Amino acid sequence: MAHVTIDTNVSRRGFIAGSAGLSFAFAFGLDASTKSSAQAAANTINAYVRIAADGTVTIVSPALEMGQGVNTSLPLIIAEELDADWSKVKVVSAPVADVYNHPILRTQMVVASLTLRGYWMPARIAGAQARQVLIDAAAARWNVGAGELTTEPGVVVHKASNRRLSYGEIAASAKAPEKLPEIKPDQLKPVASFRLIGKDVQRIDIVEKSTGAAQYAIDATAPGMVYGTLARAPVRASGPVSFNEDELKKMPGISGVFKFDHGVGIAGDSIVNVFNARRALKAQWRESPGSKTNSDAAQRVAQEKLRGKDVKGVMPPNSKPEGAMEGLAKAAKIVTGEYATDYVYHAQMEPHNCLAWVKPDGVEIWTGTQWATMARDQAAKVAGVEPGKVTLHQMQMGGGYGRRAFVEYVVDAVMLSKAAGKPVKMIQSREDDLANARMRPMTAQKIDAGLDADGNIIAWRHLIASDTVVPYLYGDGRWQAQKGFDHIVMAGADVGFYNIPAAVSEHIYEERGARTAAWRGIGAGHNNFAIEAMIDELAQQAGKNPVEYRIALLKDPRAKRVIERVAQMAEFGRKREGTALGIAFGKLGLPPIGFSMTGTVAEISLDRATGVIKCHNLWCAADVGLPVQPKNLVAQIEGSLIFALGSALKERVTLTNGAVDQHNFNDYQILKLSETPQIHVEVIRSGDIPLPVGELSIAGTIPAVANAFHALTGRRLRNAPFTPDRVKGSLA
Amino acid sequence: MATYDLTVNGRAVKVTGESDTPLLWAVREQLGLTGTKYGCGAGLCGACTVHVDGVAVRSCQTSAASAAGKKVTTIEGLGANGLHALQKAWIAEETAQCGYCQSGQIMKAAELLARTPKPNREQIVEHMDGNLCRCGSYPRIVRAIERASREG
Ligand code: FES
Ligand code: FES
Repeated sequence: MAHVTIDTNVSRRGFIAGSAGLSFAFAFGLDASTKSSAQAAANTINAYVRIAADGTVTIVSPALEMGQGVNTSLPLIIAEELDADWSKVKVVSAPVADVYNHPILRTQMVVASLTLRGYWMPARIAGAQARQVLIDAAAARWNVGAGELTTEPGVVVHKASNRRLSYGEIAASAKAPEKLPEIKPDQLKPVASFRLIGKDVQRIDIVEKSTGAAQYAIDATAPGMVYGTLARAPVRASGPVSFNEDELKKMPGISGVFKFDHGVGIAGDSIVNVFNARRALKAQWRESPGSKTNSDAAQRVAQEKLRGKDVKGVMPPNSKPEGAMEGLAKAAKIVTGEYATDYVYHAQMEPHNCLAWVKPDGVEIWTGTQWATMARDQAAKVAGVEPGKVTLHQMQMGGGYGRRAFVEYVVDAVMLSKAAGKPVKMIQSREDDLANARMRPMTAQKIDAGLDADGNIIAWRHLIASDTVVPYLYGDGRWQAQKGFDHIVMAGADVGFYNIPAAVSEHIYEERGARTAAWRGIGAGHNNFAIEAMIDELAQQAGKNPVEYRIALLKDPRAKRVIERVAQMAEFGRKREGTALGIAFGKLGLPPIGFSMTGTVAEISLDRATGVIKCHNLWCAADVGLPVQPKNLVAQIEGSLIFALGSALKERVTLTNGAVDQHNFNDYQILKLSETPQIHVEVIRSGDIPLPVGELSIAGTIPAVANAFHALTGRRLRNAPFTPDRVKGSLA
Repeated sequence: MATYDLTVNGRAVKVTGESDTPLLWAVREQLGLTGTKYGCGAGLCGACTVHVDGVAVRSCQTSAASAAGKKVTTIEGLGANGLHALQKAWIAEETAQCGYCQSGQIMKAAELLARTPKPNREQIVEHMDGNLCRCGSYPRIVRAIERASREG
């Protein structure tokens, strides 16, 4: 195994608390049919690529699949540079090991739509290196210069002598070299010669997901397994004081009832019996910091706070607030907009679950996680073993959307297995999954825009009063390192693409003791609502058309283009009968890695009697850099638009005494098919690097709907979701 | 605790449980047919959809006892000879994202096409509404049903 340090042209500066270049380990093993080399291959740990004598190319995918197709698109990048015959490629999931760490995140984690962006160069180099090894082996065999050889899919070719050797033939007898060939960026395939990337191969998981064969953690079994559930306290950091333990123990099929610090565990012979006992649980829970939180009242407090004179929040690193404050002080006019968003729940269709088996010498777990490294380490900690003694079977995830960056359900399963002394399949009921919602924070927001005498924006101040996410998700160490800057809450709050000379955003902490998480699109989901609604208000006050106003105000040509393009797609200028259009710009990314961008237009109508908004059409022009799997990419954009539309119209968690008021899909409703608009997506290619996509189109949807509502009614919707009562309130 | 005789995907099988044991858990945990999914346990999502005598039901709301003597079909038994037309269409449209809801979607759609081989868009939406998909694959679900109806 070789360890290669490469420059992935990704600067981590200003991203995660700094460190120098990126290191990426790559190993290349050649599986041959003979026993001795098979053993050698087995010794070659952490390989990304293995080639068998029959020509099968095994690509180890370090990504974790939750529906975004990364287990196809990431191996595809390796296969492209390797010049593999895709029909001979087999993809296997990587085990948990440092060698597979995400090059930017430095842990095995799938978040922030960063998978392809992060692994892009390392994956290409891994593939190119493997290809070079094959070429060198063929050159040695033919006794010709490596420079005379080329490859076709799965074959090394010597044109001069018309000789060909398949990758399998080479692998059958070749040995991996001591030192792997070094690959310089200019040795990589020119983007114009790609024959897999950008061409749409079938997703590797599509057949099994259309036949019921795909295996999720909830489908896993182990010999002697029992079932379990763990009723976590309704409020964060709370736990049981007492509960009806004796009663539960006597219930049919129940083999164990366990009191843990944070909840009550139940084990039994069937999930039916376990859920019955769970429903019979009556517990007194201890007070915790969040036990008094009522979300409506808490939101009013936050809104009031933002109206105060001396309010100040935590700013992103390197902020220069002085310019914005001075600009506001000398502005001819200040336009103020207030906005708010509620807590929302991930509602991934597979309730959280994990099969755990604590054995005398280690732990085996079957689960779906976005953070494999953390799942392994936490399982090890609970079981009291070294992380190396944990075997993690990464299963398909029935949705993740950020929620599965938390691994508490793995911890629960391991605790149950340890207590029961058996393998336990821990399943949360939907009701418990929702009761334990780790939500996108509730926000109250206020934007002050200072205008000069000519109506130009000269200063911008965006206040966001919200819970925090980072300390809960990543812990205190990271929170300290980030100096209290919550990049999850504050994502998307910058207005750098607009020609606004001085801007600042500030996070006012609202510590309500609520469980919070990254939710698809993170901060942009709420912050961009405020920004793009505000831009619309400013356009209106300036007497300008919202499309033209944005195009004039946007500095970046790519940003201008997504707005222009989506306006054309939607025929923005055309008058409609009974419906109206709203537009919004959106972006996803970070300065060092680049931004993907969207222009989004919503067409809505309104039933004034019921207050129900109907969205008829959503158009989205998405600039994604380099589209790797275009068809799948469109699916991600469609999915995110629908996901976000749910949060625009319906989705809302409320808390009473810290506990979630909603129970199941009856009172936490996600978007249904009949509420899904016609969706029109256009993908714009703007470069040679894949930019973040998986949650890109979240950001523009809520403001596009809000702006359409204004166009339709002349009223502003300021609090998402735009439920019927709020809609009626705004019309009153 | 009682034993019930069912026909599942053409096979005579026995499942055990109380009279209210949901068919969902009987097929998943006792018969190992895990393509049928648990999403809400309350008849609210459709992830657990199977056919009982050709009718799409939510297996979390259907007792195994009530299916005794009837023909149960799960996603695993849908394509009697290879893939069902809907499954082929689902693959061609690349409908699935996380995939978790899709067995239920396909089973629900199969009931529609059995009754109405050429549904129009409204009929599709009306029939499929309430089978939830959090990944937002709805546009492709509709397209896949249209394709299956076309290509049969
Ligand atoms: S699990 Fe049966 S309808 Fe949701
Ligand atoms: S594909 Fe994920 S819930 Fe439908």
